[in-house]
Amino acid sequence: MDLEEAARVLKNISLFSKLEPSKLKLLAFASDQLIFDDGEVIFGTGDTADAAYFIESGKADVYIEIGEKRVKVNQLGAHDVFGEMALFLSTGRSASVIANGDLKVLKLDGNMFLKLVTENPDAALGVMIALSEKIVSTSENLVNST
Amino acid sequence: MEPTLFKYILRYSKRQQITLLLVTFVSFPFLYFSLDLPKIIINDAIAGAEFPKSIFGYELEQIEYLLVLCFAFLGLVLINGGFKFWINVFRGRMGERMLRRLRYILYSRILRFPLPQFRKTSQGEIISMVTAEVEPLGGYIGEAISLPAFQGGTLLTIIGFIMVQNPLLGFAAIALYPVQMYIIPKLQKKINLLGKERVKAVRRLSERIGETVSGAQEIHIHDTSGFARAHTAKWLATIYEIRYDIFKRKFFVKFLNNFIAQVTPFLFYSIGGILVIKGHLSFGALVAVLAAYKDLSAPWKELLAHYQVAADARIKYDQLIEQFKPAGMLAEKHQLDGPETIPNLSGEFTVSNVIVEDEDGFKSLDSANAIIPLNTTTAILGSSESGREELARLAAKLTVADKGTVKLGGLDIADMHEAAIGLRTAFVDQSAYVFNGTIRENIFYGLQHRPVSGLDDQARQDRADAVKEAELTGNSADDPDANWVDFSALGLTSDDATKAHVDDILVTCGLRGDLREFGLQSSVEVSKHPGLADAILSARQELLGRLSDPKIARLVEPFDREKFNSNMTVGENILMGTPVGAEFDLSNLGTNDYILSVLHKADLYQNFLETGVKVAEMMIELFKDLPPGHEFFEQYSFIQSDDLPEFQLVLRRVDANGLDTISDEDKTRLLSLPFLLIPDRHRLGLADDNIREKLLRARKLFSDELPDALKKSIEFYDVDSYNTAASVQDNILFGKIAHGRAQARKEVGQIIDDVIEKLKLDQTLVELGMDMPVGIAGGRLSTAQRQKVCVARALIKNPDLLILNDPLNALDPKAQEVTMKAIIKQFEGRGLIWVLARPELATWFSRVIIMEEGRVVEQGETVQLDKSGSKLYELLSA
Repeated sequence: MDLEEAARVLKNISLFSKLEPSKLKLLAFASDQLIFDDGEVIFGTGDTADAAYFIESGKADVYIEIGEKRVKVNQLGAHDVFGEMALFLSTGRSASVIANGDLKVLKLDGNMFLKLVTENPDAALGVMIALSEKIVSTSENLVNST
Repeated sequence: MEPTLFKYILRYSKRQQITLLLVTFVSFPFLYFSLDLPKIIINDAIAGAEFPKSIFGYELEQIEYLLVLCFAFLGLVLINGGFKFWINVFRGRMGERMLRRLRYILYSRILRFPLPQFRKTSQGEIISMVTAEVEPLGGYIGEAISLPAFQGGTLLTIIGFIMVQNPLLGFAAIALYPVQMYIIPKLQKKINLLGKERVKAVRRLSERIGETVSGAQEIHIHDTSGFARAHTAKWLATIYEIRYDIFKRKFFVKFLNNFIAQVTPFLFYSIGGILVIKGHLSFGALVAVLAAYKDLSAPWKELLAHYQVAADARIKYDQLIEQFKPAGMLAEKHQLDGPETIPNLSGEFTVSNVIVEDEDGFKSLDSANAIIPLNTTTAILGSSESGREELARLAAKLTVADKGTVKLGGLDIADMHEAAIGLRTAFVDQSAYVFNGTIRENIFYGLQHRPVSGLDDQARQDRADAVKEAELTGNSADDPDANWVDFSALGLTSDDATKAHVDDILVTCGLRGDLREFGLQSSVEVSKHPGLADAILSARQELLGRLSDPKIARLVEPFDREKFNSNMTVGENILMGTPVGAEFDLSNLGTNDYILSVLHKADLYQNFLETGVKVAEMMIELFKDLPPGHEFFEQYSFIQSDDLPEFQLVLRRVDANGLDTISDEDKTRLLSLPFLLIPDRHRLGLADDNIREKLLRARKLFSDELPDALKKSIEFYDVDSYNTAASVQDNILFGKIAHGRAQARKEVGQIIDDVIEKLKLDQTLVELGMDMPVGIAGGRLSTAQRQKVCVARALIKNPDLLILNDPLNALDPKAQEVTMKAIIKQFEGRGLIWVLARPELATWFSRVIIMEEGRVVEQGETVQLDKSGSKLYELLSA
């Protein structure tokens, strides 16, 4: 995926929607493109959070630890973003993410993302909206499952 | 600081000013005589009779007499010139010395400012005050007394001479001075006022233009451009009026000056002529008077100008000292010349009824009372506005109590010298300021109080001049290049003891891993580390062996002359070696003639130009909106912020005229970019297979045809030899870590660590890492690393009391806990105060203090307080 395409796709994600295209391209340019094999761990619960991830292609499974067991709570696919919440808190990762099949991701550097957001007030607003949406949908999920 | 400029000048340069005055006065007789001589020449030598005349007992005929007098005149000219030269140099030197002294005084005062002052005055203001605004004062100080004396004396001498020829002419000469002295300053004042008006008007115009730019959309939507134009026209008219007024007045002043300057000759010609005709005045005298009068205008102008400059300088000095005496400055006696011995702290740190209030009346500490023993660990808890930080800062005298007492080991902290606090306590918070230097210099920073090692005799002699100048200007005579790091104060007398202590601290702060990593990234001077090269070659062999495992093989792309390496820059691919010196430095390859010839031969030249354009376009798009000097430029961009505008112009030229027609300079600019691309890292789609073939050809051409003269500028990668120009890691790895694999760095790192341990290279690498430069404000370190360095800086001086204000918040929680435990262990028996952001960690500390709204609401032993009903219990169960 080249920079033009990356910027276009990223813009559709609410978290990045308010960043200008040039800033999105900058984020994509500075980010590493990584490949994972089936079963490889992208990050584990409790790990230091230094990046957010954007799936270019492939699938990834999200697990949380409940007691001794590891429970799969979600599956993510192409153009999904994950790992962004931990960027804002200084706690470790709240879940583990493991590749399901061949996975290609863009690792968006956390430091750069935070800088871009804090230096561009409009983008900060976009982030706040996206996170609020996430809270709302999580709450709804919770209500629906009980 | 002296209250007025004049007092400052008198206090520090009285003797020089008097010397200057004396020399000036001594020069006047010579001046007078040089004015008199023309008269004598004309009257006695040219038009005279009764020859031979005698001078000093010698008899001379007319022409001889004339010549002697003329040569005497020449001699006087030289002498007067000589005086002027000496006086100017002396005056300049004095002015410069006083300027140096003044700057030093201002800087010393900055070192004693109360910390809140730095929030009120911006860095830029302080800098400009000490550098730019003080500069004109230096020139003025030199002239303050001597110029009026010299010019004034010259003026009086000349007028005196004219008076002596004929009193009437003398009065004529000065008749119009009072008029000038009265009118001109008044006119000048009006001009200055108008100047201020002009500045205001231009500012208004700027605001207008700013509004137009920000509101451009509105103007277009509502078609109000006519309205905007009318407004702007009005401001332009105002500015025009003011400027025209200034213009008129300025020229009127000039006209007046010139007129007055010419009226007097009119008086000379008329009155003087009559006097000569009537025989009351000799012809020669009139000529001399006219000549002398011409000499008057210069001193007079100088005096008038000096008067203006003096007024300005006085105002400037007053403004300066206003800014440099903020309330609450540290007294000099508490910062300079510390006590010889400083006893260890023991007892308690006590805070009694302390109030800390800021300008707005907000009390960050409101009658706080606390007792903290100096032999145990104490945690401070509370919300961020509870005053927990201020309480900690009191112990290091960073916050000063407005009311109440603070005592450290029984001594009132207000009376303690900074040396006592600096030696026995240490304070760290999250701001983690790291100075531009090596890691070692930063960690040892807190041990530098005064120069330790003496210099050898030769060095001391070289410095003698510098020391003398420093003493003449009240500056510090200490040598900043001497060794200031004092380990003996810690009781460490041998190198081994010092090394062990340093190592201990590095382990406690968790810096060893980081330093080993830095060591891996640095290059080694093999001569200083015998045996290291061979050890590393063994490591390399070991690693190459492990690459036979395909899982590991995909993590590393080894250096192979026959293959293109997609994890290396294009430039490095062509060189396939490490540049030595600047010749083949990656950023210079675009200008290197040999490289360019290789490009041509490999049919890559056109390609590189086109790629350069694409890369430039990309860089401009990505980085043009960032403020200049933004850190992203250094981290990610191929083009630095200063050069971006240049490239924009180049691209515009390419767009307009095509790639073939642009200048060589532009081509060079564009060519420099493709060399920096790493195909797998920068996925710009610019290095396809065709290009890679050609690049391999270029590589072969580069090494095969390398002229002898350039051989020393590159060290080719050779699997059997140590590459001295490359980093240690590159030497062990002998390849590049693949970009596409997340764990590559970690796994390869693990393998390298294994190899290092096996070959016992750990300590060497840590030492190398210590010498790594951290960049401006520590830019090359992550925030977490900077924080660790600052904690190490505090720990290394073995303080009796360590105060930590959540200093490691950039580390992940696990790492924070590990370090905290290590520090608590190290400080058993000494005083440790830690302001905690996470209350649950309070159980690791012997005592706890809980703060709310500037007050201590609970304090005591942790174990005793942790019972139902206490505030601590509440916080811990939350």
